[in-house]
Amino acid sequence: MDITELLEIAEKERSHQKPIRVHCCTSTGCRAANSLSVKKNLEGAVKDVGLSDRVQVVGVGCMGFCGNGPLVEIDPQEKLYERVTPNDAASIIEAINGGIATAPEGDLKHPFFARQLRIVRENSGKIDPESIDEYIAVGGYQPLYKVIHDMTPAEVVDEITRSGLRGRGGAGYPTGLKWATVAKMPPGQKYIVCNGDEGDPGAFMDRSVLESDPHKVLEGMAIAGYAVGASEGYIYVRAEYPLAIERLETAIKQAKKLGILGSQIFYSAFDFKINIRIGAGAFVCGEETALISSIEGGRGNPRPRPPYPAQEGLWGCPTLINNVETFANIAAIVREGGDWYASIGTEKSKGTKVFALTGKIRNNGLIEVPMGITLREIVAEMGGGIPDGEVKAVQTGGPSGGCIPASLLDTPVDYESLSNLGSMMGSGGMVVMDKETSMVEVARFYMEFCRGETCGKCIPCRAGTVQMYHTLTKILKGEANQTDLERLQALCDMVKHTSLCGLGQSAPNPVISTLRYFPEEYTTLIKPDVLNGKVAVSH
Amino acid sequence: MESTGIKTKQKADRQAASEHPSGDKRFKVLDITMKRAQYRQDALIEVLHKAQESFGFLEEDVLLYVARKLKLPLSRVFGVATFYHLFSLKPSGAHSCVVCLGTACYVKGSGAVLSALENHTGIHQGETTADGQMSLMTARCLGACGIAPAVVFDGTVAGKQTAEEAIDKIKQWGIGNEA
Repeated sequence: MDITELLEIAEKERSHQKPIRVHCCTSTGCRAANSLSVKKNLEGAVKDVGLSDRVQVVGVGCMGFCGNGPLVEIDPQEKLYERVTPNDAASIIEAINGGIATAPEGDLKHPFFARQLRIVRENSGKIDPESIDEYIAVGGYQPLYKVIHDMTPAEVVDEITRSGLRGRGGAGYPTGLKWATVAKMPPGQKYIVCNGDEGDPGAFMDRSVLESDPHKVLEGMAIAGYAVGASEGYIYVRAEYPLAIERLETAIKQAKKLGILGSQIFYSAFDFKINIRIGAGAFVCGEETALISSIEGGRGNPRPRPPYPAQEGLWGCPTLINNVETFANIAAIVREGGDWYASIGTEKSKGTKVFALTGKIRNNGLIEVPMGITLREIVAEMGGGIPDGEVKAVQTGGPSGGCIPASLLDTPVDYESLSNLGSMMGSGGMVVMDKETSMVEVARFYMEFCRGETCGKCIPCRAGTVQMYHTLTKILKGEANQTDLERLQALCDMVKHTSLCGLGQSAPNPVISTLRYFPEEYTTLIKPDVLNGKVAVSH
Repeated sequence: MESTGIKTKQKADRQAASEHPSGDKRFKVLDITMKRAQYRQDALIEVLHKAQESFGFLEEDVLLYVARKLKLPLSRVFGVATFYHLFSLKPSGAHSCVVCLGTACYVKGSGAVLSALENHTGIHQGETTADGQMSLMTARCLGACGIAPAVVFDGTVAGKQTAEEAIDKIKQWGIGNEA
């Protein structure tokens, strides 16, 4: 395969596409709302009306507005229908020619859509994720061709460094620096690992990217392989995402068939193969050293760092580990240039971030916004606020993050600002809570999660999370006193600073942040101190 | 001539010795999986996934068989099987109902859905009804937060569930109707 063949495929696919495309979402969220029957009926309706020569129905990936699914979009008429039932299908097809559709029409000009800037999700909801030709038709795999034939590995690393991209798994480590570290290691066996173990409850960006645009991730991994000198990659996906696994397998098969993955890619000396590894339900496997251990077929126990995986990772070889969303940014950076990417976002946090906006909010779904947008814009404008009530707090970053009170909603969303508030960017889950939610209850919920998910290798995390959970339960039952509260704070401090890996180090965050911003919720539950059973000593 | 006969017999003996004595076809499926992975020890998790798919749960016999085939100590196989939540060492019910307890589902009341199901069936999460009809399980997060609260009935995700809806669903399986 050379560039002319690639462009030929793209041209052929474009010429085959009908002028009007009816996009029907077939991702997990809309599938659960029966979108597959909708798609079948749409196809039937097109045949019945005899529009097969002008209209095609395409099963696409996630359009983002999952809370109002199943979604159907008419391209290029820019019409969006929400909550479509199979019975609406015929009227939607008639509406193309000026009829009236029975399904509620969505507003593509609503801030939820209008405020977004799509880089990672540029193809999501526009192309069929199960067709490599459609991906190539929108310019896919050209960046990979460009790096292999027109750039040296060092130039690729420089481009990524210049873009200012930071790890989208949540911690925000500069991607270019990580790549450079692996690239500098002596030549030999190196690995690329894509971390798709999205265990944070309330986050589903990675699932959506893998389901909607799997080739984008494969391309990002292959570019990384070329840049750091690796010939083999692994994608680690949670077993809870069967559709993502299925689509990845299809995508890998298709790319191999065209010679885009495998040996001598694009007639060059560069070989790159990708394997899928399926997780088995352990939150800790999102931690890079635990993930490596899991790929090797063992228990997902983290190990101390250094040595970092970049020096000694999978089977002792230098390994580059990045999150799904990080890899999904790579192709666009190569295509448009690092400077273009660096022009988006804030001074220290470049580019865009995908968030999963959920909880008690009007518009549930996925959004991709430039860094530096404020939480208020996300929650009030894009999310449409809470149907009947006020926002009390926004939880970001899952079990490792914290709760941000409504008074601080004007904070810009970037790595540093969120850390300063005692939360973190995390993988991108944003759960909105209203007055009905008890913050102590939320803290206990996360502690219950960490208690169950700790791997048990280090004592602070294994025993500390259990004790914190018990103390929070005691507080909620109204049986705790001031001493318990102090002990809880001491435990938070101890677990945070003495745990072995990121899971334990960040486990107390939900407790610390709720104690910091909602102390009155704790104090009202505390019993007045009865001298703690101590007798005052009289002199 | 004779020596070939002996060789064939030896080969057949070796094969018989390496096969599972029960002659259960499901072990053959496992064999194919392990062979495809070239009996590499790092394929353990994949093999256990396949085993659970074929057998429904990981019985001791299966763990022993896998350990022997991959030349791993049983402690290592057992350690991995017990570490990951998805592997079950107990038989599961004919139907499965998985309630998502992720943050978004939790905030929207999945806890109430779970307790209603527990009350209706008389079992706790992680247990199977006495008649082996249904297993009630929980998930950390299904990633279907946009349609919270989510419940998975026999592998099909259902969104925006209320306690009544979930109970209706399991009643269709004929569970707890007498309750």
